[in-house]
This record gives sequence, structure tokens and C-alpha cells, in this order.
Amino acid sequence: MVDATLSQPAITPVRSAGYWQNVGKRLVRDKTAMAAAGVLLLLLLAAIFAPLVAPMDPLEGRLINRLKPIGTEGHPLGTDELGRDMLSRLIWGGRLSLLMGVTPVVLAFFIGSAIGIIAGYAGGWTNTLIMRTVDIFYAFPSVLLAVALSGALGAGLGNALLSLTVVFIPPIARVAESVTTRLRSSDFIEAARASGAGAFTIVRVHVLGNVLGPIFVYATSLVAVSMILASGLSFLGLGVRPPNPEWGLMLNTLRTAIYAQPWVAALPGAMIFMVSISFNLLSDGLRSAMEVRQ
Amino acid sequence: MLGYTLRRIIYTAPVLLGVSVVCFALVHISPGDPLISILPADASVELQERLLVLYGFDRSYIEQFFLWLGRALQGDLGTSIATGRPVTTEVMRAVGNTLMLASVATVIGFVLGCFFGFVAGYFSNSPLDKAASAAAVFGVSVPHYWLGMVLVIIFSAQLGWLPAAGAGPGGSSQWKFNLEHLSYMVLPAITMSVIPMGIIARTVRALVAEILAQEFVIGLRARGLSEFGVFMHVVKNAAPTALAVMGVQLGYLLGGSILIETVFSWPGTGMLLNSAIFQRDLPLLQGTILVLAMFFVVLNLIVDVMQSALDPRIKR
Repeated sequence: MVDATLSQPAITPVRSAGYWQNVGKRLVRDKTAMAAAGVLLLLLLAAIFAPLVAPMDPLEGRLINRLKPIGTEGHPLGTDELGRDMLSRLIWGGRLSLLMGVTPVVLAFFIGSAIGIIAGYAGGWTNTLIMRTVDIFYAFPSVLLAVALSGALGAGLGNALLSLTVVFIPPIARVAESVTTRLRSSDFIEAARASGAGAFTIVRVHVLGNVLGPIFVYATSLVAVSMILASGLSFLGLGVRPPNPEWGLMLNTLRTAIYAQPWVAALPGAMIFMVSISFNLLSDGLRSAMEVRQ
Repeated sequence: MLGYTLRRIIYTAPVLLGVSVVCFALVHISPGDPLISILPADASVELQERLLVLYGFDRSYIEQFFLWLGRALQGDLGTSIATGRPVTTEVMRAVGNTLMLASVATVIGFVLGCFFGFVAGYFSNSPLDKAASAAAVFGVSVPHYWLGMVLVIIFSAQLGWLPAAGAGPGGSSQWKFNLEHLSYMVLPAITMSVIPMGIIARTVRALVAEILAQEFVIGLRARGLSEFGVFMHVVKNAAPTALAVMGVQLGYLLGGSILIETVFSWPGTGMLLNSAIFQRDLPLLQGTILVLAMFFVVLNLIVDVMQSALDPRIKR
């Protein structure tokens, strides 16, 4: 115990601060990743301050004004099938779309890491039992599992979030387990164990700092998939319910307008695309900055 | 080899059992009495009682599961509430259309993905690599259901070159090999192919870069082998992994076709799932998902075995 508490301030902060500083420096130099981060920050700020930024009420529209083209006076991005201002709806839509895309990965990061680290550190039968259970959920194609769960649970934001979280736990748990298993037989873990540190202390002091980095990088690569899937569920009518603005749902309700106002109808999808490509580029940048190989 | 195959099959059995438990549970996580979701809204109390016993809902979950599994193994996945036809018939009719679409999309994705991947890996860090890598990032980032809509806007709504929906003229749901039917497949297949294209391109790029950095390539060049000869060695080394990724992608497309089939009204398993969800047709939902998940697991098994046959270095 004494050794563990002594080694904590001696090693962890010095080493990890230096490493993360270097990662940060490399990432800042990566122009593509920084551009992607800028786009995401801008969209996030617009979503947070939607009441201030959006020129109009996203829920109120007049049928007289329905399906105006891009560039109409007062409606720079046109209007939707109920005459609501598209620009305002896209800004407000960012709230639900970003929430739906990011939340499942964040939840799955915590739950999946916990499951994987426990399985990896415990090893033996505990590992087999946990990981074979995880494999069952991993055996479903991700879209199919998300649709199956939210289809059975019924439409709604909460159920969609729950389904997506279940979809992303297995891949994260598998990565967490394999990183932890590799680390488990390291000499310094052996040394900590030999000096009498308990399992909880070893995991907290020695394991977490070493495995969370790779798991985090992997999790960031899932956010893009999650954005597409989450909006996809709304697109199918399984996520957010109308009249709430959400990009996937907007894309769905505007499908009938592809002959009347095709480019207005395509706008919500362009937003999803912009967010998902930005997350992918940022995740790629982070991966090369950390020099983590999968 | 035989030992590995056997071990892999034995390892798959519990996964298949687990997958069927999840599919079985779908009806039970659904809100409300499972019986109510199976019954028509105007069912009498006597009918309710009879079905309760018939479906075994009065028994324990474990008994129910094995009853259900036993019937499923004999090819009986229950009856669709919406159509009254056996679920097995409905699913089998739709699977063919989805398999057709997914296979064509996988082949397109594989060819394009390999092309972009080889170009990017060979000319690493050149403008060519940047362009090919950009295509790959596009493939993994684009919401495919949106891409489908955009393609419909351009090629159907604006240009009028290709049909926007369905699998054949006059809402035909049976695929035939002729030019007219083929034109219905162009847009959905291209839309679907961007996902495997992006993933295969990224995999192949990393593979090629890794292989080119190995010493045997320097050795080949030192012995004066032509650049084409070296290229063939790279292909040979990259092929098993690339093919394995292709196989897994086919499985993903089969299971994940619901969004694209919804956009294009393609009469496959995705459309079936879509209507099952919105008509609360739980037996149909459960049956379709079971069949698709089984396909995916078995396909993964085949891919693993084939990969280790092609590349004996892979032994786990």
C-alpha cells in the first residue's frame, strides 16, 4: 500500500503531462484536424446559443410560405414543408442531433471501458464469461441491433439513446479488454502486485492511465458512426418525434419535397455529413498525434 | 486447418444461442403485454386465453424460449400479424432481393476501395494519396441515406435518367435479369457501395504502406524485380485481409440495408423490418432480425475460416 501511494505522485503526473502536451502540440499543428475542430466548435456554439442565433422560431411556420427556395428574402435557406424557416430549424436541430450522436458514445465509453477493464484485469473465467456475453451483442451488425432494439422498445429519444448505447458498448469493451490484457502481464504491474497493492489500487493508479488513451481514441472514431446512426433512427421515425427539429427527422419529412425544392430537402443531410466528416478527420488527427495503432 | 475450423465452429455455437436469446427477448422488452402486441386490437377474451396457451405465454421464460427456438429450428418463425402469412415465407422472399443488392454493392465497393487504397498506399503522402484518402473519408462519413436522396434528386428528379424507387417496373418485387430491372438497381447499389468502399480503401491503404515498408520488398527490388512484379507481391500479401474485410462488409450491408431500402423502396428485408416496426408486427420483426443476425454470424465464420486457409500465418 505504502509503495502504491508513494509511486502515484512520483510517476503519473510528470510522465502523463509531458505526453499529453506533446499530443496537443502535434494536434494543433495538424491543419485538417484543426479545421474540423473549428467546424464542430462553431456548430456546437450555434446549437447551444440557438435561441440567440436563430433568426426565427423553429416550430412556427405559415403554410403560405411553404417550400420556398434557398435565397428567399427573410429565409436565406428557404422554408420546409410547413413553411418553417430552414436556417432556424437547422440551428435548433443541432441541439438534438449532436446530443443524440455524442451521448451514446460517451455513455458507452464509460460502461464499455469499465466492462473491458474488469474483464481484462480479472482474466480467467470472469474474462471468458464477460467477453463471450459481449461477443453476442457484437455478433449483430450495428444498424440491425440499433433498429431491432429501438423498434422493439418503441419510438422516442430515450429509447433511441438506449439502443445506440447498447450498440457501442461491445466494440469499446473489446478494445478495453485487449489493451488491459496486454498491460496486465507487464513488469510494473507485477511489481505493484508483488509490493502488495490491491486490485483496485493497481487498476486506479497503473491501469487506467495507460488504457484510457487508446480506448478514448477508438471511441472518438465511433462518434461519426453514431451521428449517422442516430439521425438514421430519426430518419426512420424511431428517434425524435415531430415537430421537434432534428436533422434526420427533417430529412425524412422533407423527402416528399425532393421534386418541389430538392436542395432545401437535402440540407439537413448535409449538416449530418458535415458533423460526421469533421469527427472522422478530428479522430484521424488525434490518432496520428498519439501514434496509436489499432 | 481442420482443427482450427472445428474450433471456430464450436466457438460459434454459443454465440448463435446468445443471438437467438436476444431475438427472443425483443418481444419481451417491447412495452406492454407481448400477447397484446401479437393480437389484433378487437380480439375476444376467449381468443386471448387460447393464444396465451398456444404461444406458451403462461409458462416460464425459459420454457417459452426453448419452445420458440424449437419451432424456429424447424423453420417456423410464427405468423405475421399484418399479413397473416408465415414469417419464414415473408423473410425468405425479401432476403433474396437484399442479398442481390448487397452483393452488387459489395463488389462495386471492393473494386473502388481497392483502387483508391492501392493508389493511396503506393503514392503515400503525394497529392494522389490525398485525393484517394479523401474519397475514403467521404465513404465512411457520408450518411448513406442522404447520399441516396441526393442521387435521386440528381439522376431521377432532375435528369430523369434512372428510376427513383422500387426494384422493377410497375412496383415489381421480383428481381429479373434484364436491362430495365438493372436500371432500378443502379442508384441503390451505388449508394450502398460507398460504405464498403471507404472502409476497404482505408484498410488497403494501411496494408499496402505496411507491406511496402517490409524488408522483403527491398529484397525484391534489390534483385531487380520489375515494379509490376513487386506490385503483384504486394497484392498477394494484401489480398487475404482485403477479402476478409469485404466478406464482413457484405454482412454489415445485409443487416444494415434498412435505411437504403427505405429511401429507394427496395423490397428487401429492410423494407420488411420497416413495415414490421410501424405495424408493431413483432413476430415479423423478431424473425427478420433472427435470420439477418444468423446470416451475419455464419458469414463471419466463413470469412475467418477462408482467411486462415488463404493465409496460413493467421493462426489463433
